[in-house]
Amino acid sequence: MTAPSISVSETPLVLYTLRRADDALILGHRLSEWCGHAPMLEEDMALSNMALDLLGQARTFYTYAAAVEGNGNDEDKLAYLRDVRQYRNLLLAELPNGDFAHTMVRQFFYSAFADLYWRAMMTSSDATLAAIAAKSEKESAYHLRHSSEWIVRLGDGTEESHVRAQRAIDDLWAFTGEMFAVDDSERGLIEAGIAADPAALRPAWLGTITAVASEATLVLPGNDWMQQGGRSGRHSEHLGHLLSELQSMQRTFPGATW
Amino acid sequence: MYTQALNNNSDAADRTIEDAAHTTAFQARIDAEARIEPNDWMPAAYRKTLVRQISQHAHSEIVGMLPEGNWITRAPSLRRKVALLAKVQDECGHGLYLYAAAETLGASREELVDAMLAGKAKYSSIFNYPTLTWADIGVIGWLVDGAAIMNQIPLCRCSYGPYARAMIRVCKEESFHQRQGYEIMLTLCRGSAAQKAMAQDALNRWWWPVLMMFGPPDQASQHGDASTKWKIKRFSNDELRQKFVDATVPQAQYLGLSIPDPGMTQDEEGHWRHGAIDWSEFKQVLAGNGPCNRDRLAARRKAHDDGAWVREAAAAYAEKRKFRQAAQAAE
Repeated sequence: MTAPSISVSETPLVLYTLRRADDALILGHRLSEWCGHAPMLEEDMALSNMALDLLGQARTFYTYAAAVEGNGNDEDKLAYLRDVRQYRNLLLAELPNGDFAHTMVRQFFYSAFADLYWRAMMTSSDATLAAIAAKSEKESAYHLRHSSEWIVRLGDGTEESHVRAQRAIDDLWAFTGEMFAVDDSERGLIEAGIAADPAALRPAWLGTITAVASEATLVLPGNDWMQQGGRSGRHSEHLGHLLSELQSMQRTFPGATW
Repeated sequence: MYTQALNNNSDAADRTIEDAAHTTAFQARIDAEARIEPNDWMPAAYRKTLVRQISQHAHSEIVGMLPEGNWITRAPSLRRKVALLAKVQDECGHGLYLYAAAETLGASREELVDAMLAGKAKYSSIFNYPTLTWADIGVIGWLVDGAAIMNQIPLCRCSYGPYARAMIRVCKEESFHQRQGYEIMLTLCRGSAAQKAMAQDALNRWWWPVLMMFGPPDQASQHGDASTKWKIKRFSNDELRQKFVDATVPQAQYLGLSIPDPGMTQDEEGHWRHGAIDWSEFKQVLAGNGPCNRDRLAARRKAHDDGAWVREAAAAYAEKRKFRQAAQAAE
């Protein structure tokens, strides 16, 4: 006996909220995989801290999505009982940790975006989203500082760390475009003043990325082909494995309370 | 998470002739319950005992992240996931704190960690057992952290100041972890038959290894005397073990779980007397033959080796920066 997936009525606001919840859960889950295995104890602490921030964001977004949907779902049902095609996170968030450089570049790309995005969302006409954004912005500002410092240390550290950091940038670059993409569902929310327009944030994001990369003696790729699909449930092969682990208990023991 | 009475080095044999006046004054301070601080004179054997005990304690915290970390990605709800991750992060913080306490005695974190990775330093034997189900996370919080607290509360009054102060903070967090673990057990025991069976199975597997956490029985302990005289150790292994059993049996009864010890009886004073502990198992685990000894060391070595280039990069960058700042200042 396994627990079946739930169905979710994805109105634009529910879908919007789920996308942010899924970004935070999946990236937080990835970071939590480092706990006990990081390059130094200080990074075990820091990576866990960032994971905890993101998991906290995920919980508030899921709870809000469930409330908006009003179908009796809750944070755990939304997290544990949707399958890979129902997940709405950015592809960037689900990519495996790789080496420490990949983890930090992934965090850097995302946090540089999230920091701008949550700041813009603080003026959302939706009071709940604005409140979550205000809390998330403080957290992402720290994540951006921490990951930027590592990008500089790795890029301008040793020959090996430079090569690894550059490789991580080259590997992950194609996954950054999805952060700025807007579909019809989200366009309506932007026009209604509920959601911020991510496309408008790209120049500022690129400014941050360029400045840090330059200090780190790293080069941003010229290639501008961007992968997309996570927002509509077309994921990489990696997400299914992550979910089978994340969801194993809830799927194995339907309806149990933990 | 905790330090164990594993101590079997012979300090007495190593002890060189100390300045007799210093030694007398030192012991007088200890007897007067004064704290010894890093810059105070102390006998070499006192320093050595503390470095060994504090570093074993630190290693235990760090290795102890692994069995619980095994369930972070599979925790059954978001609330449990966050709580478990925060708990394992606390253990890491304890490790850092304790390595810092050991550094006040002149032992670097690097050399202590190297000794652990080389298999030369010990950590608590309890972490060489596997976490097979979610209920193990409950039992670890309830019993392993519970036993740790029994051991560590007296250490808050340990004669060495930095260790005693570290223990005050560590004990606060451990006591929170213990309640969290017990709450996991309570939820399981109030849940389905399968959940309750999971809880009982976990208790069955962890009970005896947890009793062994207090170290060998008093008559076999090679180490108590000096530590007792120096007020590092204030209760014997058996005293602490008995305290723990007396506190735990009613908690198990409240959960509706059975202690897997058919020989357990309550004496006329109300103490719960456990049956014979299989010390041969303890010796085997200490000798490296526990179910997870190899996995635990391999995981720590892999993290250390895989992270070497990162630590080198950080050091190289710090050097470059220092050099650039100096060059700038010279301009």
